[in-house]
Amino acid sequence: MYSEKVMNHFKNPRNVGEIENADGVGEVGNAACGDIMKLTIKVEDNKIADVQFKTFGCGAAIATSSMVTELVKGKSLDEAENISNATVAEALDGLPPVKMHCSNLAADALHAAIENYKKKK
Amino acid sequence: MKGIYMDHNATTPVHPEVIEVMLPFFSEHFGNPSSIHWAGREVKKGIETARESVASFLKCDPKEIVFTAGGSESDNLAIKGVCDALKDKGNHIITTSVEHPAVLHTCEYMEKQGFQVTYLPVDMDGMIRLEDLKNAVTDKTILITIMFANNETGTIFPISEIGKIAKERKITFHTDAVQAAGKIPLDVNALNVDLLTISAHKLYGPKGVGVLYVRKGAKMKPMIHGGGQERNRRAGTENVTGIVGMGKACEIAMRDMDAESERLLNLRERLHKGLTRKIEHVKLNGHPSMRLNNTLNVSFEYVEGESLLLNLDMDGVAASSGSACSSGSLEPSHVLTAMGLPHEVAHGSVRFSFGSSNTEADIDKIIEIMPPVVARLRAMSPLYGKSLNPSVERTTAVCQH
Ligand SMILES: Cc1ncc(COP(=O)(O)O)c(C=O)c1O
Ligand code: FES
Repeated sequence: MYSEKVMNHFKNPRNVGEIENADGVGEVGNAACGDIMKLTIKVEDNKIADVQFKTFGCGAAIATSSMVTELVKGKSLDEAENISNATVAEALDGLPPVKMHCSNLAADALHAAIENYKKKK
Repeated sequence: MKGIYMDHNATTPVHPEVIEVMLPFFSEHFGNPSSIHWAGREVKKGIETARESVASFLKCDPKEIVFTAGGSESDNLAIKGVCDALKDKGNHIITTSVEHPAVLHTCEYMEKQGFQVTYLPVDMDGMIRLEDLKNAVTDKTILITIMFANNETGTIFPISEIGKIAKERKITFHTDAVQAAGKIPLDVNALNVDLLTISAHKLYGPKGVGVLYVRKGAKMKPMIHGGGQERNRRAGTENVTGIVGMGKACEIAMRDMDAESERLLNLRERLHKGLTRKIEHVKLNGHPSMRLNNTLNVSFEYVEGESLLLNLDMDGVAASSGSACSSGSLEPSHVLTAMGLPHEVAHGSVRFSFGSSNTEADIDKIIEIMPPVVARLRAMSPLYGKSLNPSVERTTAVCQH
């Protein structure tokens, strides 16, 4: 059901964890419906210097979280803001249709973290 | 790698002895059982022998057995057929909120046809209260349909007592015994049932064949019209190989059930104890004692079921989950939510259902692979520990479950 890339990221998720004293925190989803993603970022020179995630969700949710951290690491904030759920899903060679909303979660968490950073500044 | 199959409530492999009795009916004994010539007669005999085997399995008259295309069809026939026959007497059905979709969705369909349905609630153990049933009965109640054992949690309902209540009020009583068959002894008279559903593929028979027991004198209209097969209760040339296989599966279940049931109970307890000893925050879903010997449904809190199943699958273990994420429909299990489980706990549920192929070595393997998997997923979970930051505003709009 999942592509090899999804399974690869699911088995070996990159950048798991939580950055202490993060510059931006994005948390989306809700415990009542069961899926939660938390993304923390470190920003230097307007670039995402470090990023880590924690996710409670299905295989696709974990893989998209991992992929989004890979995609944005080292990118400028502007570039990162342009990453959409479709970008993440494509980078994983696609997701099953019922799992597309899990990739929303990843993109939303990223955008929330950037917004949170900008608000703090 | 030999896989460990822990999903026997979903389906079972066909028993070799069952395959053996089916084989001659594909091409050697191929006749139409309704034909009067020799080719039909020998096939007819095969069907009637199977009917007798099922009848002795359920302790009823062979004439009370209707062969169908499976558990779902039997449930549909029972509910639609009884409602059709009794619609002049009343329009009220009583069932539970934890039935299999074959009953639940049929009841919802009957509501659209103008019937009224009461869905009895369950408590935290997934058990109904007989008081609730008694209170739900009205003078318009024509049918009670309540499952024998729940497919997700294994919780066993007091069918005999429910049947007594139905009998006193002269209400037709159907039970879906698909999960009970082969795991607990069935006796339609002791159970006080008028109709009872079983399905061959849950007891080491072939898929696509089932039985509806219909008590002599019970009012039921047919659903499939055509030839006069099955005493006009289910038209269509019989699924001969399936029926013959189902008969044999019932014979084997009668022969092996006692010993096997005991063995599975030991395996189930071994797994439950092993998991709770090695992993924190493991919650049993289902009744602690009134439960099928082969079913263990547990929630691993703070982790999600689909990612657990994927990990188990990588180690060759096949199980199932009530998590919304693994359901395709993105709805969490209606059984677990009816029991009052919070969504995130329902999300972490895994059902292990045991069967003939399972050994102590399988159980020990699962007890060994589960703790690191759960630990890894918990380390990744924002719900575990104190990592949730209450000061961060969370968007809830993205929740699509
Ligand atoms: C309790 C229960 N009823 C009915 C069914 C449906 O049986 P079948 O698959 O033969 O249609 C099942 C099987 O999933 C079941 O577990
Ligand atoms: S997180 Fe629930 S379906 Fe992906």
